[in-house]
This record gives sequence, C-alpha cells and structure tokens, in this order.
Amino acid sequence: MSDIAQKVKAIIVDKLGVEESEVTPEASFTNDLGADSLDTVELIMEFEKEFNISIPDDQAEQIGTVGQAVSYLEANVKS
Amino acid sequence: MNLRRVVVTGLGALTPIGNTVPEFWNGLSNGVSGAGPITRFDASLFKTQFACEVKNLDVDQFIDRKEARKMDLFTQMGLIAADQAIIDAGLDLEKINLHRAGVIMGSGIGGLRSFQDEVTDFVKGDGTPRFNPFFIPKMIADICAGFISIKYGFRGPNFVTVSACASATNAIIDAFNYIRLGKADIFVTGGTEATITEAGVGGFNALKALSQRNDSPTTASRPFDKERDGFVLGEGAGCLILEDYDHAIARGAKIYAEIVGGGMTADAYHITAPHPDGAGATNVMLHALEDAGMQPEDIDYVNVHGTSTPLGDVSEVKAIQKVFGEHAYKLNISSTKSMTGHLLGAAGAIEAIASILSIQNSLVPPTINHFTDDEEFDSKLNLTFNKAQKREIRAALSNTFGFGGHNASVIFKKISE
Repeated sequence: MSDIAQKVKAIIVDKLGVEESEVTPEASFTNDLGADSLDTVELIMEFEKEFNISIPDDQAEQIGTVGQAVSYLEANVKS
Repeated sequence: MNLRRVVVTGLGALTPIGNTVPEFWNGLSNGVSGAGPITRFDASLFKTQFACEVKNLDVDQFIDRKEARKMDLFTQMGLIAADQAIIDAGLDLEKINLHRAGVIMGSGIGGLRSFQDEVTDFVKGDGTPRFNPFFIPKMIADICAGFISIKYGFRGPNFVTVSACASATNAIIDAFNYIRLGKADIFVTGGTEATITEAGVGGFNALKALSQRNDSPTTASRPFDKERDGFVLGEGAGCLILEDYDHAIARGAKIYAEIVGGGMTADAYHITAPHPDGAGATNVMLHALEDAGMQPEDIDYVNVHGTSTPLGDVSEVKAIQKVFGEHAYKLNISSTKSMTGHLLGAAGAIEAIASILSIQNSLVPPTINHFTDDEEFDSKLNLTFNKAQKREIRAALSNTFGFGGHNASVIFKKISE
C-alpha cells in the first residue's frame, strides 16, 4: 500500500470510527462506512490538511469511495 | 384561563462534586468543595489557576465515540445529565406522545472550547480557510437541545435559553410555562456549561470576576465571608424532567416536588455589575412569589445566586431583606456555589435540583468556607454557614442573576394532593 493510501486509511478510521478492515478501495463513505454529508466534507478537509493541497468543490464531489480518494491524491499530491 | 399544575418527575446532574444526583446530594449535604487546580489546560500563566471541574468523566461510557467527537464537552455533559433524568423519570418512549415532549436546555456560552480551538487553528495556518464542518454545530449553544431531541425523538418545542448565569433558570421557567399553558406535557430542561478553557478563564479574569486564591482552591468560593474575592469557575450540567401533574399521576410517576412560580426581570443598570440596591433582584423574587400565589412567609429556604463576589452577595442579601422583611430571619439562606463553584448557564439547573432535594430530604445544604463575618450582612440572618441544617422545607426559592442584568427566580414546593 502506498504511503498516501495508508494515511488516507488512518484518517478514515479515525474520523468515521470504523474498523481498518472495512476501509477497502471499493468502500463508499456514505453507503458502506456510515458517513453523512458533513462527515464527507470533514474527510475532504482532513485530506487537504494532511497533504497540504486544496481540493476544489467540483472535484471533491467526485470522491465517494476510498479508492477514488487515494487515486485523486496520488495524482495531485506533489511528492 | 385555567393553568395546569406542573411537577418534577426526574433529575440528572453532572457536577464538580458528583457525577450523579445521589453523589451530588451527598457532596452538598456533607459540605464538599469541588475546587482544585485546573487540569483542562496549562493555567500557569493565568491569574486564576484553579476551578471546579467535573472529575473522572469517561464520555465513551455514555456516548458512542464517533458521535461524541462531533460534540463539544458542554453538549456531552448536557446529554449525559439528560439521560440520567429521563431514566430517573421512567419515561416510556413507546407510550408518551413524543410530539408533546420538548427540550429547553440553557447554556450561557455554548461550545467555547470548540470555538477557541478552531479559530486558533485558523490563525496558526497560512490563511487558507479550512474550517471543520462540525465547527458550527459543535459551538452553537442550542445544539445540546437538538442532540437530546434526536436521541429520544422528542418533537415538541426545542431551543436553548441564553441569559448568562440565569440561563438554566430561564429554561426551567419557560418549560414550566409551556406545560401549564397546555402547549406540551413533558419537558427535558435545565442547563449545561463547559468554559474552563484559556478563553473562559482569561476572559473572566479580565473582568476581575474570579477568585485568585490559588494557594487554597477549596476555600476560595466563600459567599458572605469578609475575605471573599470572586467566584470560582465551575462546569457541568443539570437536568430536570417537568411534567403536567395529571400526566405524571396517570403514568404513576414518582414526583419530587411541584414547580409553582417563576419570575424574570432585568436590572437595566450595568452589563456586569449588579444594581447596588438589588432592585432587579427584589422584583424578580416578588414576581416569582406573585406567580406562585404565595406570601413571603410561605418560603422556608432561599438558594441564593451568592457567587462570592464582593458586590453581588451584598445586593442579593439586601434584596432578600426587602422581599421577606421580618420573615428573612426565619429563612434558611445558603449558597451551594460555595461547594460547586459557579456553573454559569448550568447553575440554575443544579441549584434547582439542590432546592428540590432539600425539600425532599428536609435538609438545607450549607454555605461552606465561612471564616470571617462581614458587617455588610445582618448577623441575625441564617446563612447556613459551614454545616447542613435539618429543617422541614415547605417551599424553596432559587435565584440566578446573569451578566447583562438578567434575573430569574423559581419556586419549588413540597407536593400536596
């Protein structure tokens, strides 16, 4: 697992109070991990803080699963 | 118009001297102080380095961690006290009409810790506005009432009252009024407050409102003592279940006491200083008595606002003497803040509970920490110094006064058929 993927997983476990094993790439924040709309906004914000980037709203709306978050961040975070 | 009778059928308390109602009462009857060095933050640079904190609170025991994270401490404590009161009242959520059950929880400030932390984070950053989506819902003072309704499905009137240190008494009076007007059958009411933060202590220090007796926290809250030097900041929550009398009887509820009158006035004088003659305080007690249809002689115990500030204690006692005349000498008067510290927007709730339990137990909790008489106070008054006093109490009046000049008084009476 990439460094980014590991950090994303840790944030999700912490913020949504879910088990690590539930945080699979296909897992949807709202349908599988129990997030409501505010939780999702908070996750995006935590990603922004952790990786020091800014995710525009229209792109944030496209991030609905763990895998989508990891892909977006891997493509946009400068290493 | 025919007003309905309203009774108290459940109690919950989370206080600096006990995390349940029995523990709280035990502390009150034994004159225990809840003060100690501040542990919620490093207070070493502050003029005041002690407070009355709630101790040994394991929030995870009461609230799911994922939910608790979205709440400020003031909401967590209010919710825990509400849980206690609802269980104590034996409310069967399947049987009561949830549309006629409301929540009014007072809070003087709301989520001060959440506000302080989020703004600090922003200021420390590079100016990028990254605010947590839970920042506003954690901070706003009404949110505790909201959480209680969500947890239990209470769909009646739901709001917060904000009148500084009178907030909880205003909440209780509002709930009382809605029930007696027939607008609802049950209210979860009271107050909650958690302001032992850098901003809270620093802010009250700037007002010169807090005691600075850092070498002896447990004797710092000393209402009516000549050497009193300010109040001791407290935190916690108190919750009462108020219920229509017939509704309570029909479901076989245990009844603690009847709530019979409330008064609300303003000093219209100064933002923080009390009116020197206690004009607003006098009127509020008169209004409460009139509302209850009682004479001053019907009251046996006055639980005073008595915060241990040089000015406030004097004007309140002046007001009591004006209202009660010769009967003032027959009253028991005490300030339970000598033990709990000042819970601001929750003060009226835990002091209402203290008044109700004193009626039930025929015992007046003391004003502890009396060392030196102050000639400002008539020595013939019984200020219940240092030790609880046994006494039959027919009715008790509880005063609270808030910055802004808000005054609220409420009267509880032994239940009669």
